[in-house]
Amino acid sequence: MEKSERRVISVIVVNEASVLSRITDLFSGRGYNITSLTVAPIPDTKYSRLTIVTSGSVRVIEQITKQLHKLIPVLKVYEHADLVEKEMALIKFPASENITDIATLCSAYNGKIVNVGDNVIIAMVADEPKRVDNFLKIINKYNPKEIVRSGAVALER
Amino acid sequence: MQISGAQMVIEALIAEGVDTVFGYPGGAIMNVYDEIYKQDKFEHILTRHEQAAVHAAEGYSKASGKVGVAMITSGPGFTNAVTGLADAYMDSIPLVVISGQVPMSLIGTDAFQEIDAVGISRSCTKHNYLVTDAKDLARILKEAFYIASSGRPGPVHVDIPKDVTAQIANFDYSIELDLETYKPHTKGNPRQIKKAMEAIAKAKRPLFYLGGGIINSNAAYAVRDFVHATGIPAVETFMARGTLSYDDEYLISMLGMHGSYAANMAMSETDLVIGLGARFDDRVTGKLSEFAKNAGVIHVDIDPASISKLVNADYPIVGDVKGVVEEMLKLSSNINPAKYASWRDTIKNFDTLHPLTYHEDTDRLKPQWVIQRVGELLGDDANISTDVGQHQMWSAQFYPFTRPRQWISSGGLGTMGFGFPAAMGVKVASPDKVSINFTGDGSILMNCQELMTAVEQKLPVINIILNNNYLGMVRQWQTLFYEKRHSETDLSVQPDFVKLAEAFGGIGYRVTTKDEFDAALKDALEKNIVAFIDVVVERLENVMPMVPSGGSLFNMMLLEKKEKK
Repeated sequence: MEKSERRVISVIVVNEASVLSRITDLFSGRGYNITSLTVAPIPDTKYSRLTIVTSGSVRVIEQITKQLHKLIPVLKVYEHADLVEKEMALIKFPASENITDIATLCSAYNGKIVNVGDNVIIAMVADEPKRVDNFLKIINKYNPKEIVRSGAVALER
Repeated sequence: MQISGAQMVIEALIAEGVDTVFGYPGGAIMNVYDEIYKQDKFEHILTRHEQAAVHAAEGYSKASGKVGVAMITSGPGFTNAVTGLADAYMDSIPLVVISGQVPMSLIGTDAFQEIDAVGISRSCTKHNYLVTDAKDLARILKEAFYIASSGRPGPVHVDIPKDVTAQIANFDYSIELDLETYKPHTKGNPRQIKKAMEAIAKAKRPLFYLGGGIINSNAAYAVRDFVHATGIPAVETFMARGTLSYDDEYLISMLGMHGSYAANMAMSETDLVIGLGARFDDRVTGKLSEFAKNAGVIHVDIDPASISKLVNADYPIVGDVKGVVEEMLKLSSNINPAKYASWRDTIKNFDTLHPLTYHEDTDRLKPQWVIQRVGELLGDDANISTDVGQHQMWSAQFYPFTRPRQWISSGGLGTMGFGFPAAMGVKVASPDKVSINFTGDGSILMNCQELMTAVEQKLPVINIILNNNYLGMVRQWQTLFYEKRHSETDLSVQPDFVKLAEAFGGIGYRVTTKDEFDAALKDALEKNIVAFIDVVVERLENVMPMVPSGGSLFNMMLLEKKEKK
């Protein structure tokens, strides 16, 4: 088996009906992985930008970029090598947990407490996906009730 | 001009020069059919099943090189057409398929005959559209024809809700298309072409690997010039049959699972594969790691995704194969055909050792004889369609093809039921040639209702049923790989094909001898109406030679040698 590698691919697409299905159908139809996928319009254009985190051998990644490019509404496909990558996570803790500890940890991962209610504390971090992984491991001891990750976004340096 | 969406469809088809539409009406497409009734610029051919409408459009397109057009209604009309879309997608056939849809206000309500058509067709079309406003129709239809026929061709599906066909809006078909995200790359990189030619000049045992892209790009005659200028031997894929004439001294034969021994050995021994418009399909390559193991690879293809998908290309050239081959030809003056004489001799020896042939050793007719016989009698005068199975492989092996677009068969998807409707489309596109459909007793029943269309439209397709009372290809695999457990492949119970043809107003023959066959074919040609010639052939004949699935090309099961009696 060829070695499987994690890759981040950005896709610029025309912002039109069913364009997201075309992308995800391609991945499922051809048996490619999607680790995460984010999409949002590019301001002041008719385009949207998708950031897809995927994995596969060199040959598979090359096929993915080529097949994406074949889709009619796809303008550009970037397979990133040198990039800045960020991901956000929101975490809900019981209000009984130590808010100072959590806030300190968050700040080490580009985050902060964003909401404090009667029963829960909600914290936010925004960092490289690997560091987010780390953070989530560490905060386990504060009994997180819910975790939501945004999926990665990336820009070429 | 201010017209209805339905009228726009008609105007667009006329503007595109469409002369024939294959289709089947129904509720959601009725507004368009009403406009078809009122016009006289193009023919509408009513098939008796939507699948057949799309296959007929495919046959029409493959024979003519033009975009084929099919029209169907929503729901089951559309789902019946999906097999045709998928078939055209796999074989890169340019089609525009227009379907009706329930009105916009009902979409998403599970309305009568509603189905998410664009959701279904997305993965088996080059592109698709759901039209939500009649003002977009001119642009969408113009884009549909352009996308279908440019770059790597393929089917485009346009789904139009019923209220959009009734809506009045401005129609201007003279608009310029601005497809910022779709710009097919057609001109090969000159530096890559030069490098490829240098590799050819250095190679000792180069081999042309000719694919169906050559037919699509109308490049066959350019390829013939290139082959003759260089003297490099050539193998053809199933889809490329007719690129070189069968009697061309440089043509070895078809390669692949049922290719000739010489073609497969040449591919195994070559030191440089010159791939032109071929896609290294698994039925061609056999075991990938053993395929052309010691060879460099030049790969010319208009689809970048085809290059290095399965076999790594040392000299990738993205471009339209016709233009690229013409450029290559200009750079080929330093190649002396005499240089490859001993390589060609080696290949000839392979062919002498195990020629593509069969034994006439049974009382029953051999299916291969029937195909060869039609070749002798009709040759260049016939276009050959097929269904899918043993008869299809024998047709590819034994028919003497002389020109591109003579061979119309479902290669990629392998669709039983393709042949008869496709042969009708071929007849429409090419009325001066005889339209033959080689079929099997399994396949023919999958679209035999088209007898009615052929009778009504006076399309004298001659269906030659190579009848072995088996689902032959599956039976062959069961014999070879499943210890002769012939599970559900015995078709001993079958209709009276003569009466079946006659019931629709066609003509039928059942033949068991060579003389009967000749007489039936002659009579069918004279009567000039749709015909079934039911030929009783040897039941247990296998398609040979054969590369077992996943095996290496050089490891073939061969025809047993027999002493001539």
